[in-house]
Amino acid sequence: MNSPAARVVSAEPAWRGVCRLSDLVPGSGVAARLGSDQVALFHTPEGVFAIGNFDPCSGANVLSRGIVGDLDGRLVVASPVYKQHFCLRTGECLEDPGVRVPTWPVQVAGEDVLLADQPQSAAALER
Amino acid sequence: MNKPRLVVIGNGMVGQRFLEEMVERGHPYEITVFCEEPVPAYDRVQLSSWFSGATADDLALTSMAWFREQGIKLVIGEEATCIDRERREVTGSRGTVVAYDELVLATGSYPFVPPIPGSEREACLVYRTLEDLGAIQAAAQTSRVGAVVGGGLLGLEAAKALQDLGLETHVVEFAPQLMGVQLDGPGGALLRRKIEELGVQVHTGKATQHIEDGADCRHRMVFADGELETDLVLFSAGIRPRDALARDCGLLLGERGGVVIDDRCRTSDPAIYAIGEVALWQQRIFGLVAPGYDMARQLAAGLCGDADAAFRGADMSTKLKLLGVEVGSIGDAHGRTPGSHSCSLEDSVAGVYKKLVISEDGSRLLGAVLVGDTGDYGSLLQYCLNGIDLPPAPLSLILPAGEGKPALGVDALPDSAQICSCNNVSKGDLCAAVSGGCTTIGALKAETRASATCGGCSTLVKQVMDAELKRQGVEVTNHLCAHFPYSRQELYHLVRVNELRSFDALLQAHGSGLGCEICKPAVASILASCWNDYVLDPRHVGLQDTNDNFLANLQKDGSYSVVPRVPGGEITPEKLCVLGEVAQRYDLYTKITGGQRIDLFGARVEQLPAIWRELVDAGFESGHAYGKALRTVKSCVGSTWCRYGVQDSVGMAIFLEERYRGIRSPHKLKMAVSGCTRECAEAQGKDVGVIATEKGWNLYVCGNGGMRPRHAELFASDLDDATLVRTIDRFLMFYIATADRLQRTSVWRDNLEGGLAYLQAVILEDSLGIAAELESQMQALVDSYVCEWKRTIEDPEALKRFRPFVNDERGDEQIVYVRERGQKRPARPEEKAEVTAHEPQRVLEETL
Repeated sequence: MNSPAARVVSAEPAWRGVCRLSDLVPGSGVAARLGSDQVALFHTPEGVFAIGNFDPCSGANVLSRGIVGDLDGRLVVASPVYKQHFCLRTGECLEDPGVRVPTWPVQVAGEDVLLADQPQSAAALER
Repeated sequence: MNKPRLVVIGNGMVGQRFLEEMVERGHPYEITVFCEEPVPAYDRVQLSSWFSGATADDLALTSMAWFREQGIKLVIGEEATCIDRERREVTGSRGTVVAYDELVLATGSYPFVPPIPGSEREACLVYRTLEDLGAIQAAAQTSRVGAVVGGGLLGLEAAKALQDLGLETHVVEFAPQLMGVQLDGPGGALLRRKIEELGVQVHTGKATQHIEDGADCRHRMVFADGELETDLVLFSAGIRPRDALARDCGLLLGERGGVVIDDRCRTSDPAIYAIGEVALWQQRIFGLVAPGYDMARQLAAGLCGDADAAFRGADMSTKLKLLGVEVGSIGDAHGRTPGSHSCSLEDSVAGVYKKLVISEDGSRLLGAVLVGDTGDYGSLLQYCLNGIDLPPAPLSLILPAGEGKPALGVDALPDSAQICSCNNVSKGDLCAAVSGGCTTIGALKAETRASATCGGCSTLVKQVMDAELKRQGVEVTNHLCAHFPYSRQELYHLVRVNELRSFDALLQAHGSGLGCEICKPAVASILASCWNDYVLDPRHVGLQDTNDNFLANLQKDGSYSVVPRVPGGEITPEKLCVLGEVAQRYDLYTKITGGQRIDLFGARVEQLPAIWRELVDAGFESGHAYGKALRTVKSCVGSTWCRYGVQDSVGMAIFLEERYRGIRSPHKLKMAVSGCTRECAEAQGKDVGVIATEKGWNLYVCGNGGMRPRHAELFASDLDDATLVRTIDRFLMFYIATADRLQRTSVWRDNLEGGLAYLQAVILEDSLGIAAELESQMQALVDSYVCEWKRTIEDPEALKRFRPFVNDERGDEQIVYVRERGQKRPARPEEKAEVTAHEPQRVLEETL
């Protein structure tokens, strides 16, 4: 479970099951491991989202413990340490556009929550 | 074509700022920097913080990596020793030769050591560099007494360092008063009194004639009229420009030193510039960092092609905290302008002195002196720098805050008014940024850098922003956030009157969107204040801040701290042992809090339930240190033991703490009970303070410590036990019902129309006819109290939240600790990198 995630660039991502839908808390976040990465999973009214758990502003692995909400029409989590907002769809930091945390594509298949084994590229997000 | 070569000699604060200004402007040069110290630029202004725990890393202003990234060559640990102006070459002490097309001198200054026989003795030191700090610390280890020569700004900073090192500290000043440059006689006298109260002994009017062997200490300083024995002497009697390099190569110097520069910072050689404390501009050396930064900015702009860039002098006004005493000096502090008047205010009880220097016609502020309270500094500086018309009675500007004090409307400031002097941001710059879309303080700060350095102007920045938003027709409301068009008080009533039990119900009925980190915790708190449901109920769990969510306090590394309740600060030896055993078992960093409790740091999320199982088994309850709720009721030992106590303060404190524990409020609440008027529990610094009298209890309300300390006010006298409790019940519920989000009782009271008299009418005389209702609401909260931790460890669903990862039971291996003073502390980034790079496996195992 803790082996490094494959970093092979391929057209179709491989999907990995990380947990059951019932492991998530509606309106809140949990942390999960994906290979050697730490991922923050959020169960929102607009679906399940996955971003990096590492908060670049504080240097701690805490984003899964932030409060989820919307800010100027964007779905965000607020870091529990210094309260910067990160967009759940793009990983962008709203206070500092130069800062971005990784995001992973998520699939919910029945009760299973699946993540792509590599993060979304910034280019793909801008498309 | 080759790039032009620029050499900078010196990498102090100004030299570094110059490089940053060049980088920001996309300079065209190949830059080489000589830095004689073994580390690149650090913050000399904050040097004394090194002795109170700051590290060299905390002080660092840059890093070797920054130089690499910017492609700037750094010659480190090598002093430039020779400038050959004909060949245009600089030679270093280790033989490095660098050719230049243009050269910048940023060599700064050195501490002046008066020519006193004996000044070269052992443990006679100066205070300027990180290396000096090391020498001072080493000498302090074999010293009991330390003396600073020089009672100016730098001397008093040095005195703080000696005090932090635990030495008996003396300040020896040649002039008849302290800080003679910035303060007048009465200001200097008050400063002296205040720092003597802090244990520093001041000797003014003392010229040291020589230093010889002491009898009880290492040295004896001999004055014309007396002597002083000391183990350590620190010279801090002013600075001198480091102009030897310039002198040797024949640049024009001032009569008393300093490299002469023009408005473009150019020396007598047009290829050589000088900035900072080595530079002499119009016969003046500027010994503060802000003017040096301005020179750096102007020179960088000039070299990057701005033909208008020019240094035009600098305001030497200063505001600072010396040994904890606030001191401010503005403009013509001594009233030397012909015909000027002055008016002053001296409150020797509060320890405050303020003086205004006013122009002959009474219309303009020329200068000011502030000691003990610099709250007025920002607005006075604006009056002075911008020539704003003074109000008819200028004294009102320095009266204590309250009725009759005219506020300096930011509308009165011209657009050119400098709001942030650290980063040279004007009111016009701020207004432009607000127009450009910066409508929050965070955005404004990121865009303009205003208030990003010392933060002293942040209030003014907010006022400018609010005024500009208002001018543009943007409504400034007290609405909680974008999701609810109501104030906290209105939402509280909606929840209570309509009996709404969840965030979703409130949002559906009265809000829009999904909510955010502002409204969710605020509504969670309102729901708890009204209904007292379990905070980790699935309906509420997503609303809570992480502290409430994990019933512990988040620390910077992602771990938590645990504070069990110790009502009234009374604890049995058995329970004290349990805390020690738990701390040992889980290796928790242990510290006594200011509220008479014990804080256990460094617990990872997954350890919290096990820790609390042990604590609950031993009879501990949650301390709610994580919540906006009652923290502690501090107490003195009271009449049970104390010879002076007149009531059982511990018993009353325990009763109050157990009555109000767990109740959620708009902000944290602190209380204290003192057993007599000596007030050892410091009850007058609390939201609710109780002080015993012969006849009962005096109740004080709305005090707080922290950033803006405020004394509590006497609310009612000589209450019996039952009346005291009834009054506090009503007071707390009224606060909970009407305060704004995150508004402490002190600010709430200041914003209550009618002030204390109104509050007394509502609470004591029931002028609104709500007292019975407030009492029954409080009783309902008291009756429904459940220890959140006890409930949580019995609830398997709630415990799931404490798994480190949803798919892995192993904890976060990136939380790494090192040992210091016998306990663990979070590893700093470089320590973490080192540990994980060398022994990743070991760390992993230790952490798991």
